[in-house]
Amino acid sequence: MENNNTKRYWKGVEELKNDIEFVKNANREFNMDDVEEGTHRRDFLKVLGFGMAAVTLAACDAPVRKAIPYLNKPEDVEPGIPNWYASTYSEGGDYCSILVKTREGRPVKIEGNKSSSITKGGVSARVHASVLSLYDNEKLKAPQKGSSEISWQDLDKEIIASLAKGGNIRIVSNTILSPSSKSVIADFIAKYPSASQVVYDANSASGLLDANLKSFGQRVIPSYDFSKAKVMVGINADFLGTWIAPLTFSAQWAETRKVSSSKNGKKEMSRHYQFETGMSVTGANADYRAMIKPSEEGAFVAALYNKLAAALGGSQVSAPSVTVDNLDKCVKELVAAKGAALVVSGSNDVSVQILVNAINNLLGSYGTTIDLGNPVNYRQGNDTAMNTFIDEVKRGQVNTVIFYGANPVYDHPRGAELGEALAKVSTSVSFADRADETASKCKYIAPAPHYLESWGDAEPKKGIYSLIQPTISLIFNTRQAESSLLTWAGLDGDFHKYLKNYWTTNILGGKSWVQALHDGVYEPNAGATPSGASFDASALASVSITKKGSGTEAFFFESVAIGTGSQANNPWLQEMPDPISKVTWENTVGLSQKTAAELGLEQGDIAKVTIGKGSIELPVLIQPGQAHGTVGIAIGYGRTAAGKAGNVGASVYPFFTNGQPCAGDVKLEKVKSGYTLAQTQTHNTVMGREAVVQESVLGEFVKNPKAGRFEPRIETSDGLKKPYQITLWNGHDKKNHSWGMVIDLNSCTGCGSCLVSCQAENNVAVVGKAEVARAREMHWIRIDRYYSSDAPHEQGYSISGFKAMEEASENPEVVFQPMMCQHCSNAPCETVCPVLATTHSSEGLNQMTYNRCVGTRYCANNCPYKVRRFNWFKYFENDNFDFHMNNDLGRMVLNPDVTVRSRGVIEKCSMCVQRIQAGKLTAKKERRRPVDGEIQTACSQSCPTNAITFGDMLDENSAISKLLSVEKEGRAFHVLEEINVQPQISYLAKIRNKDEAKKKAEGAAHAEHKEHA
Amino acid sequence: MIRRLYKTLLSVAVTSMLLFGNASAQDSTATAAAPAAGGDIAAGKTLFENNCKSCHNPDGEKLTGPGLKDITKRRDLAWLVKWIQNPMGVIASGDKYAVDLYNQYNKTQMTAFPALKEADVQNIIAYIDDYNTPKVAAPGTTPVTAAETGGGGFTSVIMIALIAIMALVLVALLAILRLLTKLAGVDTASTDSVSAVNFGEKVKEIFGNKTVRSAIIWVFILLAVKTTLDGLYGIGVHQGYAPKQPIKFSHKLHAGDMKINCAYCHTGVYKGKQAGIPAANICMNCHNAIKTGSPEIQKIYTAIESNKPIEWVRVHNLPDLSYFNHAQHTNVGGLDCTNCHGEVNKMEVVQQRSTLTMGWCIDCHRKTEVNGKDNKYYDKLMEAHSKTSKGAMKVEDIGGLECSKCHY
Repeated sequence: MENNNTKRYWKGVEELKNDIEFVKNANREFNMDDVEEGTHRRDFLKVLGFGMAAVTLAACDAPVRKAIPYLNKPEDVEPGIPNWYASTYSEGGDYCSILVKTREGRPVKIEGNKSSSITKGGVSARVHASVLSLYDNEKLKAPQKGSSEISWQDLDKEIIASLAKGGNIRIVSNTILSPSSKSVIADFIAKYPSASQVVYDANSASGLLDANLKSFGQRVIPSYDFSKAKVMVGINADFLGTWIAPLTFSAQWAETRKVSSSKNGKKEMSRHYQFETGMSVTGANADYRAMIKPSEEGAFVAALYNKLAAALGGSQVSAPSVTVDNLDKCVKELVAAKGAALVVSGSNDVSVQILVNAINNLLGSYGTTIDLGNPVNYRQGNDTAMNTFIDEVKRGQVNTVIFYGANPVYDHPRGAELGEALAKVSTSVSFADRADETASKCKYIAPAPHYLESWGDAEPKKGIYSLIQPTISLIFNTRQAESSLLTWAGLDGDFHKYLKNYWTTNILGGKSWVQALHDGVYEPNAGATPSGASFDASALASVSITKKGSGTEAFFFESVAIGTGSQANNPWLQEMPDPISKVTWENTVGLSQKTAAELGLEQGDIAKVTIGKGSIELPVLIQPGQAHGTVGIAIGYGRTAAGKAGNVGASVYPFFTNGQPCAGDVKLEKVKSGYTLAQTQTHNTVMGREAVVQESVLGEFVKNPKAGRFEPRIETSDGLKKPYQITLWNGHDKKNHSWGMVIDLNSCTGCGSCLVSCQAENNVAVVGKAEVARAREMHWIRIDRYYSSDAPHEQGYSISGFKAMEEASENPEVVFQPMMCQHCSNAPCETVCPVLATTHSSEGLNQMTYNRCVGTRYCANNCPYKVRRFNWFKYFENDNFDFHMNNDLGRMVLNPDVTVRSRGVIEKCSMCVQRIQAGKLTAKKERRRPVDGEIQTACSQSCPTNAITFGDMLDENSAISKLLSVEKEGRAFHVLEEINVQPQISYLAKIRNKDEAKKKAEGAAHAEHKEHA
Repeated sequence: MIRRLYKTLLSVAVTSMLLFGNASAQDSTATAAAPAAGGDIAAGKTLFENNCKSCHNPDGEKLTGPGLKDITKRRDLAWLVKWIQNPMGVIASGDKYAVDLYNQYNKTQMTAFPALKEADVQNIIAYIDDYNTPKVAAPGTTPVTAAETGGGGFTSVIMIALIAIMALVLVALLAILRLLTKLAGVDTASTDSVSAVNFGEKVKEIFGNKTVRSAIIWVFILLAVKTTLDGLYGIGVHQGYAPKQPIKFSHKLHAGDMKINCAYCHTGVYKGKQAGIPAANICMNCHNAIKTGSPEIQKIYTAIESNKPIEWVRVHNLPDLSYFNHAQHTNVGGLDCTNCHGEVNKMEVVQQRSTLTMGWCIDCHRKTEVNGKDNKYYDKLMEAHSKTSKGAMKVEDIGGLECSKCHY
């Protein structure tokens, strides 16, 4: 019964502050603000009577339904049976190898491609959501000249004529991963020699590229291997969330974080330090996290370098001094881990990146954790070239601009200048799919189709290729950008043919095109041995580090959901809660409690943020872990021409200082108060309960695999007993399967991929900002994020003790806990349903039958995990919820195997029962038992770190059975074990690689208190 | 009364069908027990009927394609396998025999069966050879014929008997009625006019009695409620729905007279959720040569030429909230199409034979035994079931009544 865990978790600042609204609603499952008034008994009876009559009349007449078969059925399409195609997501340098599930010729779901050595079957939230962007009906339906439609023939004629006039031609793009697209551009430039390409990235890594040019003579980004690092340090680099290749890095990171409770199991973990301004996903997962201001970043990296150089031998650089927690400890451990260490920085400052290179060079990382010989192509942007281009346009030196998948007017710091100057360009063309901020200022828009409608390829890493193939025929009258360029260059515009030729000649080397297309990837260079390079010490001489911060500083970061804003008009992504702040539908200005108090701000205020000459208004968010004296604001919001869903929040791109995502001298002033943020994590109370989140540190875990476990005992007349030993329940007999999940809190990074995957698979409705603010979001899986508090556990029941518990950590430890229906074997929801709409299956599932549900919501009130969702409205074909389910095109994304729920019914995680049924049927058809792994839930399949293991717990050879047999006497626990609901979902306790638990003192009274829990 | 009779008749019919079904099952096991060398005749028969029969006769007669008698004498096995799996490939390879055959049959393409493996082809050949071997009636076949005719005779005997009983009952009732009327007549005759008035008053009195009146009202209300409830339960139930289709396609002709296997056109029925309405290209497999002049067939040509798909009217409409998968029932469960769709092979216009209500589904899941034979999936369940129960394992015993089997 010893338990050293004193950390208190609170779900949101509301709970922490004991906000009056929060307290009022704390005991209510549902927010009823807008329904409690206005509906009276008489109205109800009237509606009931009328409704009955109407329904009876309406039902008498059977609607005639048509069955329209193919005229000429393609051989490989069978209605009702999905087809899978391998393809690639490659947008603005983000890469993911994917499999696309199509039903009757329309893509409905994206899964990871396990054949890829880069993403290994992981999929991010943005990649999942991209299938919805395909069905965005705010896209352009045809090419445009000005604001009127034009035919492709006329457009081609006019553009070719103006290209023929000569003058400077510029093709502006973000990073292009595609070798064949680059070849098309080269062909175009060959035809028009006055043309040149300008590449920039909204989330620029120009500084890193330039630093590598100076240090190693190559302007490339090396490939990093976090899995080989024993000590890793991130400096404002959110490598698990957004930096360079988060999918790859997450998988590598998780490899070093998995531990096993078995006797000879792996009990080693990497140590992860994070130094950052705002709380990022990476920081939240780090073992040791310290806060630095943006202005201190350079000085900090210099200090780190100098200390390492002192220990390992190297010249010192001069830099202002800086005090940061954990620095010396970090240096000591890095030195000890020489050869298995990795330091990364997200800075876009060349000097900082050269220092980081020098640090890695001292640590012997090149050739071990960093591979310069096989660089990655994810970011190729050149800030200098882009600035030169904007100057040229302003001087009127450019005759033709072609925007190739780029929207610099919105996402470049000098976008506004460019937008004004575009009028001076005689011919401007954009390939954008809508009249976005840049395209609307262009003379022509030659819309390119979505990547799921296109041919293409990608080379994410040297010698690693993958193909993009269309999974649906063109929805609108669009044409691929490559085809347009080829046509304008007077070549054959058939890009499919071009691509195939390019691959046969340059890539495949005699290997089969069909095979490559089938696999989606072609990786002749997979498994290449890492190689280092000699560090050019003279680069260090050019380093200049200053510390010029003044006043309140701003730090601009990329959010996990929205990224740079290119997919902003995607309601799934807008409604996906930010992993850290849990805010949906907008960006906020994040402040630490202390800074907010100093500035006289609190959550619920709208603040006017003034930076330089510009200002924006944003809601205030109290963000624990934000460095004092700084504000954190996400980029990617504040679009003005993205569409109905996307034009939310405020843009901070214009405030970048010299291309760096930060600014000084930020003025904040309160504009108004009383604003409710649409946050998903304020409506449940899970405070101070070790029964929910269990954790320990590595040292303790090595000694005792059950370290940090909370094992409640119930007092009975026969002494203390385990909860399941005394039961009122009869239980359920499981003869065939027992489906369950194990979720490893150690490898869950909170990235939210599972959430969007679930939304896509299960037709989960989007409800919009106002409804989320009323705590009515519909997500079947949520990721609870708990912050820790420094206060000792309340001993006794004094108000002051609880008040003390509510004191926030300035730099809290964070736990992410995916929470969905736990499929309790003794389910409290089932016993209270008056109509048997929720029942138990013989395979361990808690079933929800929508058509039987009458909407009493008793089940939701009785659910200890708060995972049941109520359909307050009809979310489809309803103008009040004008998202994808309100138009025919958007509804094409719906999974035909899952019912779209209507108003007045409860829904919740079904453990993807449609997939279980389909998997079982496949096995039955082949007269065999299902093979472990062939049935996967949407969440378990998409997890980039394999934190979720799904399977049949009755199959003793399944991965889940093996895992549980090891962890049963170790880390595995059920949430709220003391209530004996016997969930099918187990969690594995989180182990931090810290020297000691955050607080040790724990009163005996506390232990006793737990016994009564 | 009549409904009850109908039900009795129906159950008798079903029983007899089951008898017949069992008999034919015995038959197939009997033949399967003595397989011909090189292939399984029973398996070959199934394969042949599912895949080949619509275009080929097992004897020498030409259909859409050549008769298959003595096919092994014409071609060797390796060639046949190659041909069956990819006929156009063989033609494209310039194989002389194949090209000649193709030209001989007006360049009608044979459907490719890439799923048929060499063993399957052997089975089919074994069946064809067996079919063409002249044989003495095997002992196993005799009882089938007997059962068949016996079954049919039995039904009609029962029917005649029942009708006779009904007629007798009717006669008896009529007799009683006449007797009673006579008695009443005697009564009237023996009494005076005053008592006649009394009789009228008595009737009035009876109806004036509160108990009687309320009893009558109650009976009326209960009847009305029952009628309403019956009516309400019938809402959305479209048993007997037989909409007019854009093309007068006759299942009786195709599935009945021509004996085309259901799966030939409804290609998805063993594979997936939907059985599928055939695409026009399936019609064209035969109708590019057969009855090309018919105005109904012309509609298909028009559809193809104008690139406008044929809009059939859906007959069987399950609500969206229930998930039904054909493959589970046909391929895994081994059910015949007629179980739910009735005797489509006798329907000129297809109609919905079953109610398709949840009660109907549940009822079948309660009664039907799981087809677990030779299916390893069910081994574990069978074993567990045999431990706890002596009866056969029904669908309901393995969770067939659980909500999430059909609703998600």
